[in-house]
Amino acid sequence: MIDRRLADLVPPFLFGLVFLALWELVVRAAGVPTIILPAPSAIAARFLVSIPTLAADFWQTVKGMLAGYVVGCGSGLLVAILVDRSDFLRRGLLPMGNLVSALPIVGIAPIMVMWFGFDWPSKAAVVVVMTFFPMLVNTVAGLESASAMERDLMKTYAASDWQTLTALRLPAALPFVFNALKVNTTLAMIGAIVAEFFGTPIVGMGFRISTEVGHLGIDMVWATILVAALSGSAFYGIVAAIERRVTFWHASFRTKGA
Amino acid sequence: MDTASMTRPAAEGGSAPNEPVIEVSDVSLRFDTRDGPVHALAHVNLKVARGEFVSFIGPSGCGKTTLLRAVADLETPTEGDIRVEGMSTEEARLKRRYGYVFQAPALYPWRTVARNIALPLEIMGFSKAEREERVRKGLELVNLEGFGAKFPWQLSGGMQQRASIARALSFDPDILLMDEPFGALDEIVRDMLNQQLLRLWEVTGKTVLFVTHSIPEAVFLSTHIVVMSPRPGRITDVITCDFPRDRQLEIRETPEFLAIANRVRHGLRAGHSYDA
Repeated sequence: MIDRRLADLVPPFLFGLVFLALWELVVRAAGVPTIILPAPSAIAARFLVSIPTLAADFWQTVKGMLAGYVVGCGSGLLVAILVDRSDFLRRGLLPMGNLVSALPIVGIAPIMVMWFGFDWPSKAAVVVVMTFFPMLVNTVAGLESASAMERDLMKTYAASDWQTLTALRLPAALPFVFNALKVNTTLAMIGAIVAEFFGTPIVGMGFRISTEVGHLGIDMVWATILVAALSGSAFYGIVAAIERRVTFWHASFRTKGA
Repeated sequence: MDTASMTRPAAEGGSAPNEPVIEVSDVSLRFDTRDGPVHALAHVNLKVARGEFVSFIGPSGCGKTTLLRAVADLETPTEGDIRVEGMSTEEARLKRRYGYVFQAPALYPWRTVARNIALPLEIMGFSKAEREERVRKGLELVNLEGFGAKFPWQLSGGMQQRASIARALSFDPDILLMDEPFGALDEIVRDMLNQQLLRLWEVTGKTVLFVTHSIPEAVFLSTHIVVMSPRPGRITDVITCDFPRDRQLEIRETPEFLAIANRVRHGLRAGHSYDA
């Protein structure tokens, strides 16, 4: 099992290595200016000397991202259950959620800064707005996903609505919920970084990118992008790993052996 | 022939042996579809006594599944009345008188086999100790000892259907409603499950309503066979089938068995004749 996982890592690792080597080669051979594209070695060097700054930026941004992710996903899930209980709420809330999800992030980010101040809570608010709706629509669809036969079964047991929800419809919705959780990792990352373009204390990944572009510190921009890419992938990977553990029974993960 | 009466003293004990457990009176059921109304059932009458094993047989669209679902309160008749142990179907459902076995096992994939069997017990509020005991007995009853910790998708189709039967029996309902439970399985597995089902019926003395497509299956299992025909769905014949309760597969070779099978076949053919 462990051996196979290691073996699975070899091809992407090799591809990445070759890609970096080609990148380095082209930049050096063609003499591409650093402003246009720094070589991987230059980015790595900048990364290594800037670890304290990058770490501070990372924590600042992650605070807003995680807080927004938890609140956005959590409220999306709860509202989905409410919407499911009442047709009135469904007809009222779903179109509103639709509208909110269509709001441009560059428009709401400055407004959130006015409402919640310069620090991370305003970034969290932007992330809440971005992650809420995907969770809402996915969960609503997931709650509908149990088959007619599975529902009839609960009916023959004279199960209450609440029992049907907890024993059947919520577990059946889990694959949809995890879909939203995974999509939202990316949205939360983008939201938290972009929101920092519109007012922030002098720390944070979005702040770093916007200021370093101004100073032509392109290698620092790339080092920050590297941090964002690594942490974004790790965040997604963690959620995907939890998904595997929780919805192991779903057709896409099943193993006959167990 | 629209009316069929089939009360007779039940073999096993019950409070009032002559009182029908299920009484269907002049039931019609119409589905309003986009293409106009579909008459799934038209003026169906039927009485089932305690402890009977009644099979429903007929071509697709004859309403046999609809009738079973109406008895279980999963469909509501447009006209007529169904009484179950003197109650309305809804009361009987709320009092958990039915165990229903569907065409597919409908086991929840996130629960182990044991926890699937325990599902109705959890919903009905049985204690943990009671649940464990009943699950153990249930697994034993359908020959699935040792498979309780497996997940449904790790079992064969036949084993899954057996688990769903154990689940339907776990809370000890008076009436077992089975909708083509073995339809998707191959002959050999089906024979084996039929024998197990007969043994189960003999041991538990439950009243069984059983929908099937298969003539030999119906004749082998039943005390009564209800032959139905489509458009509109109605009962055309009720055939008594009084082999001993502990019948073996070998009775399928006997002239008596073949005679009954023939009568069922003729009944089915008569129902078909006008829409060929």
